Amino acid sequence: MLNLDSANQLKAKFGDLISETVEFRGEVTVKIADAEQIAEVCEFAKTKLGFNYLADISSIDNYGEDPRWTVVYHLRAIGNGSEIRLKTDVNEEKSELPTLLGVWATANWHEREIYDMMGIRFHGHPDLRRILMWEGYPYFPLRKDFPLAGKPTNVPDVAFTKVTPLEGGPFVTLPSSGDAVSREPRVRTPEE
Amino acid sequence: MATVQDIEIRDSAARTAAAVEALEDIQGEKMVLNMGPSHPATHGVLRIVLELDGELVTKAEPDVGFLHRGDEKIAENMTYTQFIPYTDRLDYLAPLANNVAYALAVEKLLGIHDKLPPRCQYIRVMCAELARISSHLLGLGAFAMDMGAVTVFLLTFTEREKIYNLCESLTGARFTTSYTRIGGVSRDLPPGWADQCRKFLKEVIVNINESETLLTRNRIWVDRIRDLAVISKQDAIDYGLSGPNLRGSGVEYDLQKNQPYLCYKDLDFDIAVGATGDCYDRYLVRMEEMRQSVRIVHQCLEKIPGGADNKTKEPINVDDGKIVLPSKQKVLSSMEELIHQFMLVTEGVNCPPGETYFGHENPKGELGFYIHSKGGGVPYRMKIRSPSFVNLSIIPKIFPGCMLSDTVAILGSLDFVMGECDR
Repeated sequence: MLNLDSANQLKAKFGDLISETVEFRGEVTVKIADAEQIAEVCEFAKTKLGFNYLADISSIDNYGEDPRWTVVYHLRAIGNGSEIRLKTDVNEEKSELPTLLGVWATANWHEREIYDMMGIRFHGHPDLRRILMWEGYPYFPLRKDFPLAGKPTNVPDVAFTKVTPLEGGPFVTLPSSGDAVSREPRVRTPEE
Repeated sequence: MATVQDIEIRDSAARTAAAVEALEDIQGEKMVLNMGPSHPATHGVLRIVLELDGELVTKAEPDVGFLHRGDEKIAENMTYTQFIPYTDRLDYLAPLANNVAYALAVEKLLGIHDKLPPRCQYIRVMCAELARISSHLLGLGAFAMDMGAVTVFLLTFTEREKIYNLCESLTGARFTTSYTRIGGVSRDLPPGWADQCRKFLKEVIVNINESETLLTRNRIWVDRIRDLAVISKQDAIDYGLSGPNLRGSGVEYDLQKNQPYLCYKDLDFDIAVGATGDCYDRYLVRMEEMRQSVRIVHQCLEKIPGGADNKTKEPINVDDGKIVLPSKQKVLSSMEELIHQFMLVTEGVNCPPGETYFGHENPKGELGFYIHSKGGGVPYRMKIRSPSFVNLSIIPKIFPGCMLSDTVAILGSLDFVMGECDR
């Protein structure tokens, strides 16, 4: 109940900016209509509603849909134990939203990871570099249109990648006579 | 006539401060030192670029990702059950705890995480706590060894060997356990396991006491790590620290108590909390957590429904043919079970569309799985919130101002594992 109360308080404060509230398995998800205002909503949640702990930030690639990106924030109040999940959509042309670094210091590495893996940028972030992949790597590997087998790259004197053989791997594949790379479920274009 | 002469002996902390003061006037050249990725004190493949002014660290930039395997990408391409072995390789010092965390996360998505059979819950709690003891023993041993106390390392590794033996007889593997299944565990306790475990718990307490006599009041140990790298309560929360690092800073937050899962509600244990948030506090918190874990496992062995050898045939899996594989005999003799087996193996456990986040109190901190499902047996997106990744992000904040030799102690006290950090 505590979680729903917080969602209602957010709704009361921000009105139309909170476009939908979903409850699933006791977790409350609140959708923020405008990604540009995510920092204000979080600032309010932190200072007024007691959500002092940012547990996680993750991102989803809704490949073939518009807007393509969803960024997901898991907020927690260490004081009373309530939790809330904030979501906001970002379209592919923009691929950018404000950083939360001013609200929680932990957002730093989470946002760098999202930039590294998905290619979503955070404006206002002072140090938006790749974190898991190396500097100079040309792709964003968690995007749905990036094949599981990888793509060949070569940054001289730094690192290189090759396509991985997938035959016999434990991966889910589509029934087809093609090779392992083309039987991967995600290579479907959205029209199919 | 004898003359009395005063000799001034200042303690090391004061010496450092004096050295810093003296340095302020001399504009020396700063040196950049590359530590890692292959450095014994970085416990894996962490690289830190240190900027040094003499022996003082003025800036530290951690560089992670050397062990990146793309686990999140892999998870999107296989069924929920197939991903279980990959969780062994996250925090490879506590694979059992990762198995439990992952199974609970998927079960939460299925809506059965609070309907698990009691025996299964007790077995899982024992697994998670044994993993905690194992992980903390290694963390402590490596921490002490980096500080020069090699004896402690040898002591703790003797005990870890016994935990591996317990894992072996329970799961069939010493290291890569893959013990849990969605909706239960792969097998029941083997005969004699409970007695073997009780024997171990008696011995490990003796060993912890011995390690404690070697360290807790040891002048060298205390002088080196006390008041070192103090993380305030506010910073710990702000940087999203979790586990012993958060509690070492005095924040009383433990998911086992604050968001109880499995049968933790029925068990009696305390949370260890530090006072100042220095390396010494983090060390003390881990010591106490091991004792609490021993206490929890003792209670589980007493209370486990069905007793040690399960005379009353208590179930260890949920009773749902669409989640748990049926027994081989039934598969071969009944049509319905055959279909269930076929569907589970080919399509995976059919999860409803929706999204859940489950955070588990792992030895290193909060291991969370955020699963975004569009229905079916494969997650659409799975994010692993790894505690080591988040805990390491505080390094640029706490390293500047300490001596080069202190960095090793701070890394030991943060107790991270790169397999989990880099995923």
